[in-house]
Amino acid sequence: MMDTFDLLAILIKVVAVFAIILVLIIASIIAERRVAGFMQYRLGPNRVGPLGFFQPFADALKFLLKEDIIPDQVNRPLYLLAPVITMIPAFMTFAVIPFGAPLEIAGRTVALQVADLNIGVLYILALTSVGVYGLVLAGWSSGSKYPLLGGLRSSAQLISYELAMGLAIIGIIMISGGLTLTEIVAHQQATSWNFWKQPLAALIFLVAMYAETNRLPFDLTEAEQELVGGYHTEYSSFKFMMFFMSEYSNMITASAFMVCLFFGGWDIPFVDEAALGNLGVILSVLAFFAKVVGFLFLYILVRWTLPRFRYDQLMRLGWKVLLPLGLLNVFVVGLWMAVTA
Amino acid sequence: MATVVKTYEPRFWDRIYIVAIAQGLLITLGRIFRRKDTIRYPEERHVPPQGYRGLHRLNKHEDGRIKCVACEMCQTACPAHCIDIEPSAAPWEEGEERYPVKFDIDLLRCIYCGFCEIACPKDAIELTEIYDFSAYARDDLVIDMDGLLKVYDLTKDGNVYERHNRGEIIEVPITR
Repeated sequence: MMDTFDLLAILIKVVAVFAIILVLIIASIIAERRVAGFMQYRLGPNRVGPLGFFQPFADALKFLLKEDIIPDQVNRPLYLLAPVITMIPAFMTFAVIPFGAPLEIAGRTVALQVADLNIGVLYILALTSVGVYGLVLAGWSSGSKYPLLGGLRSSAQLISYELAMGLAIIGIIMISGGLTLTEIVAHQQATSWNFWKQPLAALIFLVAMYAETNRLPFDLTEAEQELVGGYHTEYSSFKFMMFFMSEYSNMITASAFMVCLFFGGWDIPFVDEAALGNLGVILSVLAFFAKVVGFLFLYILVRWTLPRFRYDQLMRLGWKVLLPLGLLNVFVVGLWMAVTA
Repeated sequence: MATVVKTYEPRFWDRIYIVAIAQGLLITLGRIFRRKDTIRYPEERHVPPQGYRGLHRLNKHEDGRIKCVACEMCQTACPAHCIDIEPSAAPWEEGEERYPVKFDIDLLRCIYCGFCEIACPKDAIELTEIYDFSAYARDDLVIDMDGLLKVYDLTKDGNVYERHNRGEIIEVPITR
């Protein structure tokens, strides 16, 4: 039964979450470029606006004003559809992420989450897999050799890490007993962060997360040096920007997912948020985004530290290391539950 | 010659990679806080060391007469053939009997080797520390005698970049 209050609350949450993602995308783009500069004893872009913070706006304007080139050899419908398929799931996945403790307004409780789906974890996994279709389609429809290789790598990469990723999550679902992210966060609040209980699963998930978002050291689908940008070689202007934004959006969602699964979501250690009322809610939101920003920083740090894995090395890592380790983790968790139950 | 064969046998901790990756991340993390090498040109300018070979100048005597006697030694020594001198009888009574009426250096041909400086018997031609000069046309990058004498006035009181390091434009008199 939805009344005006609920409708309004949902609308506000949708707009707020969208705005937060956009701000985080902009912030991570400028952070990426400046931090990369700092690591290389450079300053990075610092001319546009204070500390160069308006650089992403200048970039976006440039993309909008560029000529939109569609090569002759492309498969037009699929070529135009691919960036959309990549971008929409990238923004949709954040919907099930709980980013704060429930808020109390006028005697009513508002969950700080756009939609509390009872299959939240599966929803994220499914949508991110749909996003990969965008990359594969972009590679296929471009009608050019490098994008095709990028698309092929993308699909092969998908099957080799997603299994391990799923197994890492299964361990978490086993101990929290639910597929909704709210339950998983609540379970961690009641006990302790899943990272302390299943560090191996956290590690597997972390590695798979980098493959999932096509970031170094697993950015085989882009691989500037070998594939000239891979799947988005033939894309220009706004369509390229859509790929670009979805990459950063995926990074944010993956970081948020990681925080929810292993680092207690919006939980602040040793603080009882419920006792603080709405102040606790604000603190919990801040804590959540601080953790997300921490993981985004780790993304940048890893990108500018580690070299790219070779294609066969990724396959070996996915099938011969992560998959057995994931199975081991599920087995150990099951054993431990059977013993303690 | 003896051959040194270096072998690398990865130990258990190396094969796990985790420790190595953490070490690598710490290195890049530490670099963030180090001093940056960037020089914010044109607000900041690199100050070249003594002996830097940049734009040429023609030295003057204390009374303002040109030191050059148009002997064309520099023109002969120049490997790039970028110097063009036209000698004439000096108009003044005392001092050298010859002086140049035309002294052009094509700055695009010049390779800044400094041979002209070494060849000059009168220490008249010298290379200065000025490195940032530009023009909109190739013809404008030929400096004449007038310009070379102005460069002397600009550079005689020590390094230009030490005096002008606050983003102001240095007027380099290269155009004819």
